[in-house]
Formats: sequence, C-alpha cells, structure tokens
Amino acid sequence: MNMKNPLSFQLNVDDFLPASKEEKESLSQMRPSIGFWKDAMRRLRKNPVAMVCFWIIVVIMILAFIVPEFYPYKYEEQIKYSTYLAPFEFSEVEQARIDAGEKLFPHILGTDNLGRDYAVRVMVGSRVSLLVGLIASAIILVIGSVYGSISGFFGGWVDLVMMRIVDIIYTIPDVLLIVLLSFALEDPIRNLANVPGFKWLNTVGTGLISIFVVFALLYWVGMARIVRSQVLTLKNSEYVTAARALGAGSGRIIRKHLLTNCIGTLVVTTTLQIPSSIFTESFLSFLGLGVKVPMPSLGSLASDGLNGLESHPYLLLAPALLISLIILSFNLFGDGLRDAFDPKMKN
Amino acid sequence: MLKYIIKRVILAILTIWLVATLTFFLMHAVPGGPFVAEKSISPQAIEALNKKFGMDKSLPEQYMTYMFGSRNEETGKIEGGVIRGDFSLSLKQRGFTVSRIITTKFPVSAKVGGLAILLALVVGIPLGSIAALNRGKWADNVILVFTTCGIAFPSFVVCTVTMYLFSMKLGILPSGGLDLGTSYILPVFSLAFYPMAYITRLMRSSMLDVVGQDYMRTAKAKGLSQSVCLFKHALRNAILPVVTYLGPMIAGTLSGSFIVEKIFRIPGLGGQFVSSITNRDYTVIMGTTIFYAALVIVMILLVDILYKLIDPRIELK
Amino acid sequence: MKKKQNKETEAREIISAKPDRLVDIYHERLSFFTPAGEVKALNDVSLSVKPGEILGIVGESGSGKSVTAYSLMGLTAYPGKLLGGDLWFNGHYVNDMTERDFCKMRGNEVSIIFQDPMTSLNPVYTIGNQIEEVIRLHTDKNRKQAKARALELLELVGINEPEKRLKQYPHELSGGMRQRVMIAIGLACEPKLLIADEPTTALDVTIQAQILELMMDLKKKLDMAIILITHDLGVVAGTCDRIAVMYAGQIVESGTTEEIFYHPSHEYTKGLIASIPKLHEEEHTRLVPIEGTPVDLLNPPKGCPFAPRCVNCMKVCLDRQPAFTEISDTHISKCWLLDKAKWEAERKAEN
Repeated sequence: MNMKNPLSFQLNVDDFLPASKEEKESLSQMRPSIGFWKDAMRRLRKNPVAMVCFWIIVVIMILAFIVPEFYPYKYEEQIKYSTYLAPFEFSEVEQARIDAGEKLFPHILGTDNLGRDYAVRVMVGSRVSLLVGLIASAIILVIGSVYGSISGFFGGWVDLVMMRIVDIIYTIPDVLLIVLLSFALEDPIRNLANVPGFKWLNTVGTGLISIFVVFALLYWVGMARIVRSQVLTLKNSEYVTAARALGAGSGRIIRKHLLTNCIGTLVVTTTLQIPSSIFTESFLSFLGLGVKVPMPSLGSLASDGLNGLESHPYLLLAPALLISLIILSFNLFGDGLRDAFDPKMKN
Repeated sequence: MLKYIIKRVILAILTIWLVATLTFFLMHAVPGGPFVAEKSISPQAIEALNKKFGMDKSLPEQYMTYMFGSRNEETGKIEGGVIRGDFSLSLKQRGFTVSRIITTKFPVSAKVGGLAILLALVVGIPLGSIAALNRGKWADNVILVFTTCGIAFPSFVVCTVTMYLFSMKLGILPSGGLDLGTSYILPVFSLAFYPMAYITRLMRSSMLDVVGQDYMRTAKAKGLSQSVCLFKHALRNAILPVVTYLGPMIAGTLSGSFIVEKIFRIPGLGGQFVSSITNRDYTVIMGTTIFYAALVIVMILLVDILYKLIDPRIELK
Repeated sequence: MKKKQNKETEAREIISAKPDRLVDIYHERLSFFTPAGEVKALNDVSLSVKPGEILGIVGESGSGKSVTAYSLMGLTAYPGKLLGGDLWFNGHYVNDMTERDFCKMRGNEVSIIFQDPMTSLNPVYTIGNQIEEVIRLHTDKNRKQAKARALELLELVGINEPEKRLKQYPHELSGGMRQRVMIAIGLACEPKLLIADEPTTALDVTIQAQILELMMDLKKKLDMAIILITHDLGVVAGTCDRIAVMYAGQIVESGTTEEIFYHPSHEYTKGLIASIPKLHEEEHTRLVPIEGTPVDLLNPPKGCPFAPRCVNCMKVCLDRQPAFTEISDTHISKCWLLDKAKWEAERKAEN
C-alpha cells in the first residue's frame, strides 16, 4: 500500500501546487449537528423494541378507551342464561336466536359467573388500569417535581427539613399504609361525593379516588429525590456557572439549561412510573381494595378468576397476561426513552 | 460509628412512633367499629363491648392509653402499652393477645420470606454477573428477557400461573398450605421472582459499570487472571448497589407476602393483616403495622451498617 | 495459517537482525468495531524501544498513543481488534500470545501507570493489599516477605510513613501519593519496560515535576526502559531520548529529542512546537494554534490525515498518503513537503 519509492515518476508539478481552501474543507466533513429532541426521537425510532412496545400501548389504549363504546355488549350487562360460557360459545337462547337468522357478536373470551361478556370487561378493566397509571403518574410528577425542585433550589435548612420528611416517608413500609389508607379514605370520599358539586366523584368511583390519594400522599418521594438531585447537580454544574458569569438571567438559565437537562429525566421517570402505578393498582384490586363492583379492573378480574381457576382458566389468564403485557410494554418503552435521552449512550 | 448508630436509632424510633400514630388515627377514621359487623349483637351489647374496650372514650384519650398503657377493667387488657411492646388483645379473636398472634404467625411468613430473599440473592447475583460479562451475547439476551418479564409480571400473575401449571395441570406440586417440603417451592419461587429479576438487573448494570472502571484495567495490567480480577476486584464493588437494595427488598417481600399468602393459603402474618383489616380488628392492625414498620426500619439500619463494612469510602455521619 | 507463519518467520528475521531491541512494532493496524462503524485507531504504526531507553509518544487525544501501548500488553479494550502487523516484546511474539501468557508478562516484565490515579486504585482494598497482590502473584515470596517488599517500594517512591500507608485506603491519599503508589505497583517486580500513560496529566503542576523526577530517578536505579505517553511536549523535552509524534493513528515523525525540537520536519510537529508558550524569550510573539479539529477516524481521508489543517497543504496531500522520508539515521518523517523538496532537487540535478 505504501509506495516504496515516493519519487516515482507518477508525480508531476501540479501535485505540488498549494491546495485551495475549498478543497481542504471538502475533506474535513462535519457531521451536521442535530437538536436535542430531534436527536432523541431519531434514536428512539431506531430502537425496534421500544417502537413495537409503543404500538402495543397504542393498540391497547384504543381497545380500552374507544372500542368498548361501540362494543355490542356492555361491561355491566348480565346476559340471561349465559353464565360461564367458553370463548366463542353461545348459550342455548342465543343459539336459538342465531338459528332464527339473527346475527350475534361472539363472546370472544366467553362470559363470567354472572353472564357478563368477558372480553368487554377485560377491555374496560384495562381502561381502569391505564387511567390509574396515567393519572397517578401525573400526580406524582407534579408533586414530586415541585417538592424536589423547591428543596434543591433553596438548599440549606429548607432542603434539610424537606429531605428528612422524605426520608421518613421513604422508610415507612408503603404497602401497609396503602392498605390502611384506601380503607380509611373510602367513606370520607363517599360522603364527599354526596355533597353537591362533588357528584362527579361517584362516576369516577370512590375506590379509584382513594388510590389516587394514596399515590399522591406516598409515591412522590422517589420522584422528589430524583428531581432534587438533578436540580442540585445542574445548579452547581460549570456550564450554569458559566452562563451566569456571562450575564444570563435566572429565567434564561432555568429555561435554557435546567429545564432542557431535566426534561429527559422527567419524561423517563414518569414513563417508568406508569407501569409501577399500574402494578400497585392491580395489587390493591387483587386484594379487593380497588375499584368497586360492577366496575372491573384487571386486578379484580384476576382475583375473581382465581376461584374458578381449574375449570375456567381463561378468566384468570386473560386479565393476568394483559396486565403483564401492559406493564412490560411500558417498561420497555421507558427503557427505550431513557436510552434515547441519555447523551452518554450516544452513537 | 457509635454516634451514627445512636442517631439512626433515634430517627428509627421517631419513624416507628410516627407510623403508630398515623395508623391509629387512620384506623379510627374508618367508619364502623369492630363490633358493627356482627349484626346478631344487640345495641346494648355493643355499647357494653365498646365500654369494655374503651371505645367510648375520646380519640386522644384512647391514643394515650394505647401508647402508654393501663386499663384492664376485667381484661379490656392494654397494660404495658406500645411503649413497653404490649399491643393489647385482639378484638376479634377472643382471648388472644396481639403479641401472641404475631409470634405464632410471623415465623411462618419469615420462613417463606427468608427463603425467597435467599433464593433471589443466590440466583440474581451470579446471573447478573454472567449477563454483564457476556454482554451482547446470547446468554445476556436470555437473561435480559427473563429480567424484563420478572419485573413486569405482578406477583399474583406469577403465583396463579405457576399454580395453574404445576399443581393443576401437571399435578407435581401442592397448590397450598405448608404441610409438605414441596409446598414451599411455589410460594418461595413466586415471592422471589420479582426481587430475583431486579437483583439480576442491578447486578448486570453495576457489573458493567465496574468492568469499565480504571481499577479493573489496573488489576488486569498487574497480570491477575480473569477469575481473580472478577472475584476479588469486580464483585466486591459491583455488589454494593445490591446491598443498598436489600432494605427495600425486605419491605417488598412483605407486600408480596400478602398476595402469596392469600393465594397459597399460607397461615402467615400477611394474610392475617389483610383479614384483620376487613374485620376491623383494630388492635391486630395496629400491632402488625408497628411490628412490620419496626422490622423494615431495623433492616434498613442494618443494611446501612453492612454497607459501611463493605465500602470503606462511606463515612457514617 | 500458512500466511501467518510466513509473516512470523519474516518478523523473526527482522528481530534477529536487531537483537538490541526490547520493543519492536511493525506496521500495526488496529480498529474498534463500534455500532457506528469501524474506527481505524491505528493505521500502520511502527516503532521500537531499546533496553533502558526512554521513548516519548506525543499526540493529541484520540491519536492512538495509548492504544499502541495497550495492544503491546494485550489490554486492547472491547471492541478493538488487531488487524495486522507484528508486535514483539522482550522476545515474545505478542500477536500469538494467549491470555495466560499475557498474565505472566503483565506486571512482571512490563508495567503500566495510568493517567488518573484517583480512579486507578480499587477503592475497597488497602494500599498494602494492592501492592502485595502483584508481588505475591509474580514471585514466590510469602505474605511477610511481600509486606516487607511493599514497604521497601513505598520508601523507594518517596512516600512518608509507609507503615501507616499500607493500611490506608486509596481515598485517604492525595492524587500525587496515589500516583506514587501506582508507580510502586508498577515497579514491584522490576519490569524491563514501564509504560507511563499520561502519568502527570491529572496532577498539579508542582506534583507533575516531582513524579517525572521520581520516574527518571528510578529508571536510572533499576535500568528499565520507559514509554512515556503524553500530549504535553514540555513533559517529553527534558526526559526522553527519542520522540515519536502521532497523528490520527499514524506516526508522522520520529527522531531524537534534539531532532524533533530543533529540526521538526512535519507540519504537525512544527505546529505543536509553535504552540508552546515561550517564557524565556525577550519578545513575546503570539502563540500559533493549530487550526481545525482532529480527523474523524470513522472515515479517515484518503490523503494525509493532517492535510485539512495544514497551512502548506498541496493538492497531492489531499489525494495520497505520504511515505516516510529518512532525514537522518534516527529521524524519519511522513510529509509531502519533504518529497517536494527532494523532487525539486532531483529535477535541478537532471537539468
């Protein structure tokens, strides 16, 4: 490859002419710089696992929020003479109607012990689970980031006191308190729902509200810690000091530096909070502390399905696998987001 | 060191007191006392019962008695009070003291929980290390799939699915109780599933981090063999995050035990706790909560001290 | 297989022709296979070190200085791969060495000191443990003898209260002290070659001088060779016998210290020397920085890698790689300008 004799007569005078600036620049190609969001999104799109999970989540959302509205059966509707139908089975009455030429929608997942179509119950159940996950994460995001940023921003004794409180809440075994709280809150909320102006609480369901309150009271501490440490590192980071030294105002620093650097962490932490909220909700519902009948949630459906496990395993397996799929998808999507937002993982 | 421990113990006692107070008032906010559910009893009888157990007094009064002791007008019990570790009588299981219930039920839970924690550690640490050292290869991918599933499946799913498969379909393992040695397998596995996956993940990422550290390069440059590098230099550093997770893991195993004990019909404290909530058995709820809180807090304290022993950089202040 | 053997015999001939060399690297090529593509970290690197000699390797970050040294010890980091060339060290043909062979060699025949002493020692073991470890590995000294040797070493590298230090943890020592400990570990088995990878970069300037002085001192005492890797020409000036200048995975110029400093013949070397602040001169001239940024080794240019930043760049520089021109027995350089001068001289002679 290397020429043994560089002075062979392949060289001519032109070769030794000075190169122009353009010629030189054409060699040192720079990769175009891409904005933070665009870069993150580009990397996310390149991650097949995350994208598959994203589409799974979208499909489940459509099934949970839109399809039940148009579904031929309602989740609380008890169809006569059709308890414990196997998937795609019709009761005798229904069979007679079909024979008479009527068209009936099949029970894709059969029916439960009260003759309710199980497919629509599972869909509505996942609606409840998703709602809990999304709203609870939003609550946690708001409380946690406000608390954490106040604590981190002011520092000093404010920080000390606020973090001691977090420490204490952190060491309290959460499940005990959740169980207690959701019991204790049930009646106050039911009473509140009878007060004019709070009627809407009934439509949401008191069980759900108490779950939200539990999350609001207990689960923000993790988020608060993360936000606080982010704010602290950013506050003391050299580029913020540099920006300040160059005369940037607080507004600009918060907007340009703190926010853009925090937002990745916030998005990722919130996304990963959703499955853990769903996880906890299903746990509570399984113990019978979540939503109230006839409203189903995936946890309570699984809990009911446990009784007939031997004869009707699909009654348990359907909600159990669906909830696993939801949590799995959110987890993997969150991991994908984290990889996309973490500049250390670039390339 | 001693100063640190004293400080932490004070903080721990403070937290336990806080939990006790919080639980007490929360519980009394739940409407319908312990005797309402029993419809067969006449209103007079309920009143008599309320009086006997001091339910007619004002809340602060009840609180003071509960915390600091006395009463016992013909075994309305409460004698020593929480301060002396006396949790009074169960309101529902007549004749049983709460301490008695805890001491009979807890060992059952502890046995299952302890085995589960042990299993999680014994499997999780090597699995995580193997994944990290074979990064990107098939072993890593298989382990990665296992851990992602382990973290995503709620414990009731693991319990019911394993029960369905192994005891109902295959019929090789008992589906409940703890009568046989083999009855432990399913509950312990179900309880260990989540922490096992989590520890594997933790171990994998910390091992990856450690392997990239400069001191690992130094160890290699010294001419140490791969196994010495791994066992002496990497493992002790990589295991630190797992040690910090031990505290939360113990708490998590407790919460897992509620479900596992319910599904596998294990006569443990977790199942007891859930049923006493539905029964409004105030004193049992109180006693169990305080007991659990103290357990978790003490475990976290022990873990922090253990951490100091492994990592000389940590200054306990 | 056959090809490999041929290569080996060829290389053996070369080494037997130059028996006085401790390190001999011929045309080494090494790449890192990253997800973004193949990063050609080393592109035809040849260098040699004689016993007892100090070779300085100078270059900016990413130029391949450390990679060259690491590959000699079998420490190439994942996903790096040796693609070609022949590496000889102290009679070993490095290309064919197994991990087991490397283990016997590292810390014994060749040692290395890393850039950052703050992170190069294991935080959870005492200093004594980490020094004794390497002694016990390569010698048959027992625990007590190893401890005595560790004490001796700590004294040798100028650490006060060595008894106490043995029981301390790395985080209890200052950066300079830790670097001395690293040197002690490196010297524990009296290696033939010490590779110092930017040993002073992470240290305070006053400590830098102390560490360099210590290394020179020990070199004389123990009679070993040193490869000193640095980006700081000031560090090399007073210490090295010979200097190799690296740029973009190639050695662009190499010669004795005097030759490099007083007769730099590659444009990059000239640029480096022009950018050293001169404090002694009466008239203060502006420092001349080298404009531009280093090349992207993912897709290296087909011509001279320095061409885009070179002030005297010619058309040929953009097209073709220059070859080495021998300026003296010890001084070689890879630059088209040298070829141009030679070519012009030849033309003149023809006319």
